[in-house]
Amino acid sequence: MSEKPENILDRYTTGARINHWINAALLIALALSGMAFFHPSLFFLTDLFGGGAMARILHPWMGVAVVLSFGGLFFRFVKFNFWTKEDTQWMKQVGDVVNAREDKLPEVGKYNAGQKLVFWGMVLTIIALITSGIVLWDQYFAQYFTIDQKRWAAVIHALAATGIIMIVVVHIYAAIWVKGTVRGMTRGSVTGGWAWRHHRKWLREEVSKGAK
Amino acid sequence: MALDLMRRSASSTPAGSLSGPTTEVAKLIDISKCIGCKACQAACLEWNDLREEVGVNTGVYDNPHDLTENSWTLMRYSEVVADNGNLEWLIRKDGCMHCADPGCLKACPSPGAIVQYTNGIVDFVKENCIGCGYCVKGCPFNIPRISKADHKAYKCTLCSDRVNVGQGPACAKACPTQAITFGTKAAMIAQAQTRITDLKERGYKNAGLYDPPGVGGTHVMYVLQHADRPQIFAGLAKDPTISPLVDLWKGMLKPIAMVGIGLTALAGVFHYMTKGPNRVDAHDEEAAAREMRRKAS
Amino acid sequence: MTNLWMDIKNADVITIMGGNAAEAHPCGFKWVTEAKAHNKAKLIVVDPRFTRSAALADIFCPIRAGTDIAFLGGVIKYLLDNNKLQHEYVKAFTNASYIVKDGYGFEDGLFTGYNAEQRDYNRSSWDYEMGDDGFVKLDESMQHPRSVFQLMKKHYERYTPEMVERVCGSPKDKFLQICEVIATTSAPDKAMTSMYALGWTQHSKGSQNIRAMAVIQLLLGNIGMRGGGMNALRGHSNIQGLTDIGLMSNLIPGYLTLANEREPNYAEYMKTRQFKPMRPGQTSFWQNYGKFFVSFTKSMWGAAATKDNDFCYDWLPKLDVTYDVLRAFELMHQGRINGYFCQGFNPLMSFPNRKKIAGALAKLKYLVVIDPLQTETARFWENHGEHNDVNSASIQTEVFELPTTCFAEDEGSLTNSGRWLQWHWAGADAPWETKGDIDIMAELHLRLKALYQKEGGVFPDPILNLVWPYKDPKKPHPEEIAKEVNGYVLEDVPDPNDATKKLLTAGQQMPGFALLRDDGKTACGCWIYSGSWTPAGNQMARRDTADPENAGLAPRWAWSWPANRRILYNRASADLNGKPWGPSKKLIEWNGTTWTGLDVPDYGPANKPEAGVGPFIMNPEGTARLFTRGMMRDGPFPEHYEPFETPVGNPMHQKVVSNPVARVFRGDMEVFGTAKDFPYVATTYRLTEHFHFWSKHVQVNASLQPELFVELGEDLAKEKGIRNGDWMKVSSNRGSIKAKAVVTKRMMTLKCDGKVVHQVGIPIHWGFTGATKKGYGANMLTPYVGDANIETPEYKAFLVDVEKINVVS
Repeated sequence: MSEKPENILDRYTTGARINHWINAALLIALALSGMAFFHPSLFFLTDLFGGGAMARILHPWMGVAVVLSFGGLFFRFVKFNFWTKEDTQWMKQVGDVVNAREDKLPEVGKYNAGQKLVFWGMVLTIIALITSGIVLWDQYFAQYFTIDQKRWAAVIHALAATGIIMIVVVHIYAAIWVKGTVRGMTRGSVTGGWAWRHHRKWLREEVSKGAK
Repeated sequence: MALDLMRRSASSTPAGSLSGPTTEVAKLIDISKCIGCKACQAACLEWNDLREEVGVNTGVYDNPHDLTENSWTLMRYSEVVADNGNLEWLIRKDGCMHCADPGCLKACPSPGAIVQYTNGIVDFVKENCIGCGYCVKGCPFNIPRISKADHKAYKCTLCSDRVNVGQGPACAKACPTQAITFGTKAAMIAQAQTRITDLKERGYKNAGLYDPPGVGGTHVMYVLQHADRPQIFAGLAKDPTISPLVDLWKGMLKPIAMVGIGLTALAGVFHYMTKGPNRVDAHDEEAAAREMRRKAS
Repeated sequence: MTNLWMDIKNADVITIMGGNAAEAHPCGFKWVTEAKAHNKAKLIVVDPRFTRSAALADIFCPIRAGTDIAFLGGVIKYLLDNNKLQHEYVKAFTNASYIVKDGYGFEDGLFTGYNAEQRDYNRSSWDYEMGDDGFVKLDESMQHPRSVFQLMKKHYERYTPEMVERVCGSPKDKFLQICEVIATTSAPDKAMTSMYALGWTQHSKGSQNIRAMAVIQLLLGNIGMRGGGMNALRGHSNIQGLTDIGLMSNLIPGYLTLANEREPNYAEYMKTRQFKPMRPGQTSFWQNYGKFFVSFTKSMWGAAATKDNDFCYDWLPKLDVTYDVLRAFELMHQGRINGYFCQGFNPLMSFPNRKKIAGALAKLKYLVVIDPLQTETARFWENHGEHNDVNSASIQTEVFELPTTCFAEDEGSLTNSGRWLQWHWAGADAPWETKGDIDIMAELHLRLKALYQKEGGVFPDPILNLVWPYKDPKKPHPEEIAKEVNGYVLEDVPDPNDATKKLLTAGQQMPGFALLRDDGKTACGCWIYSGSWTPAGNQMARRDTADPENAGLAPRWAWSWPANRRILYNRASADLNGKPWGPSKKLIEWNGTTWTGLDVPDYGPANKPEAGVGPFIMNPEGTARLFTRGMMRDGPFPEHYEPFETPVGNPMHQKVVSNPVARVFRGDMEVFGTAKDFPYVATTYRLTEHFHFWSKHVQVNASLQPELFVELGEDLAKEKGIRNGDWMKVSSNRGSIKAKAVVTKRMMTLKCDGKVVHQVGIPIHWGFTGATKKGYGANMLTPYVGDANIETPEYKAFLVDVEKINVVS
């Protein structure tokens, strides 16, 4: 192994990255197939999955898969996502956030408040989706729920799906906007400057860990 | 009577009839003439070449015990003691009501899996059905059933295949007492009125026609001895409508969700356009390098 | 039926009692709904159960099974007390004014002449007082104490509404409400139809049940009327044809009766058949008996039947006793019948006391089953666990199964309840190795004949000389048989008015029974069917739906016996002057020279009204009989007797509980149960979803009613801890069955003679073959006793006990 350049920091392990991208792929596939059922104009998307019936069969199984894969992410990252006082402060200064005046914000650890919101937003929507999804999964569960419960489930499922898609959009945009972020999930590492700029507290923690 | 489409599930553009307005048809089920012989059930099985499994008796005459993917119609028996103390055995032929405003069609996500002909018949088109079961949730009458064999939705077709060639539905053909009749909706309403007059003369003060406006009226109607209490006829819905949840799900929620998602994405685009990328600059790298060196030292 | 199915739409009141038309005759029931929808008819249903018919009734009244005569007797009393009679009709068209012999009487449940030892009556006192002129004496005022009218009044004096309620358990107010509605049809232009079936016949006094309603209908003037009549709803598509064509052990075709041992020769036989008019000028159509009889034997034996040999009278069997099914199985059980041909029925499941039936079959040397379906009877020897628990190894009976075609694979005619002979054509080819019943019988005959020819035998003549003129002797065509049944001319008959002309030409089809002869010049298989295949062709195949004046007669659709008359006794639809009783009741009328109208007159067309010829032309009286003289074994007036198994005894006469003359075989009396051990009344019936034991072989029907159940009321269920869908056991003193419980409000708790009576309903359609779940036959329970007159078994009222059981399934 070649020696690591000294201004580079490891951010994600290989396992975490594989886990993330599986999750990302599943969520996108779920969104595409789900939107196909949700809106008539998007029904053509079922063709990506081998047609309507196949999409109907695959969608819930992908949902089960996403619960498993997101479970992996959850247990990897939950410890970094607990809310702190700084997060509250960060949220109060959201104007500085969108204007990239990060020097005015409190120093950020591994995740900033926005990322934490994405994390917990995903947790909540996925719980809502899998719960309502099972109620809607007629092939195996039709007899266990009343039609009214299924109707509620349909509404909750649609709302939660909208929510998670919006979260994913924000998540992706943030990665695009904040340059140098994507390599963290591809190569697993970020530059020191990236960390200094966006996650200074994390940088300091990493550095002090490394010093031990 | 050509079967032109009036509506088509999951299709943005309305289907129009080339041949101009078509007469609406209806099946009238006169419960005051029904003897519960199940000839309609047998005729339905025979005409549609379906077979119901041989079940068990559970203490009632209803067999099978519910509608199934094979039994698109079912006699439901209710023993009711009337206000005057007399026992009444109310026997209702259950099945698709062919709503003018069909909840199943509204809920269906698959283009053309559910269609409504200009004559009012609501039909499931098997090859377009994806088996999602949304129609079950959309239906105010709990009618469609998903087959365990091919996972497609099934229900009464009002014998659209027979109607298309000028015949009435098989059940009406088989009904020995003309409790089931078929014709134009106007003719059926007129016929119902004569029956209601007769029933009122016989002391059924609240006899009436069941053609619920909440679903725009239906193309299967009942003459009820007690139209004020449809629930006593094996739980026939009083004032049925498409559930507000289904309305929300298949109505407002669609644009709201799409707009919400679109706006989120658009906000990103505009943000990027106005603010530009958030880049790490040389100062950051230097500061980081300093920090890392400091600690390392 | 005196009338026809379509005619029910003309009724003003419809009474369904002793039947359940909606259940067992759903297609015919359409005319009930028509009458209700378009004729404002009121529907009355009286039944132990709230039936499918009751579901559409204007008035339903529950009744304890087996007490119909008490109820109907109450109606008779109501009509008499309230003067709700069709007076003119009663006076002119019934025997109400006839005077009965001094010596006739009724006391403590018995009519005069009872012999307890023989369980029979000497019926000689049950007759009219004859005048010196040889005719019956009458009193037109009907005030003579021995007039039929006064005797009837006296007889039904006991049938008060209170007594009706006490015996039947029918609430008094409902009973009176029904009486009131029935009484409205005493108006000359109103009619009630009586629709009944085996709910009346399957009792130890079944014939009298029907008689009781016939009396009511006569008092109301409803016989011979449009929308009226006594309408027996036949239980098979061709059961009317079966009796018409004489498939009874005591009949020959056309309701001619087989001779008995005391009638050694033709002259003796004819003495009791050719009834002479009992009133002046009456038709007494049976005066033609000889013509029908001789034409019948000519069709059987052709040239071999001559005047010199009494037209082969000697070749016909002479009965010692009647050989009804109950006796046949009794004899089998005794080992005295040891071969049995069972064609188109399923006695193992049908006949009462299955244990006895199965035992009887096991004693046979051979059993031949001719049927389109796998019947339980054909497999009586096969062990099917609890559903047929037999030791096959111990049964030596050799069973032959000859598969036949079913109705849809046959050509021929079916006679419906309304006496219509409707020709039908085969809709499908016979499957596999099946043969038509005709072909099977033909081959049997030819082989027997060959054996007789070869080996002689004790009495070969009737077989050897049987006319067998068919083109293919092994396959007589239904058309050939139909023509033979209609009758044909054997020798020319000159026209009596013009010797140059011929009335009948040899070889031609008979145009009708009126020209049949007793000199051997005509042959006719069944006189009442004569006219069905005339020189003009097959009348049964007519399909003209035209129905003049929308009268419900459709006179050119198919053909009805006799002579295409659609409504029997239709002379009674017109008043004494020959004018219809009402415009809506028009059938035939006297136009000054002849009777004319919508129907074929059931009457001499040239009989002037003032000649006073009665409408009931088959009776020597010319009138209808309210009092039947000695023609019924159990009394000239219907009297209430309890079923042989009764929960309460007979409140009307404690000493004579059940029918005193019904035949009970030794051993069967002992297995009647008592109310102490079997406190609940049971009745058996069929369901719309099934047809006897046939449709359980059809998957669709099996799915619609898959499993044997028993119906019981909520009170009894509660008492016994039985819930809906539980398994339960029903036992009589003869056996027990297991079934699912249907707990229903439709089985009402009754109070009879101060005692709470629960009733239990047992449908009959299950067995151990077919597509349904296996189930027991109701005949595990039913008693082995029949009607006193015609031996129809008492399936409709017996005693059982019920209990909840746990079945691990």
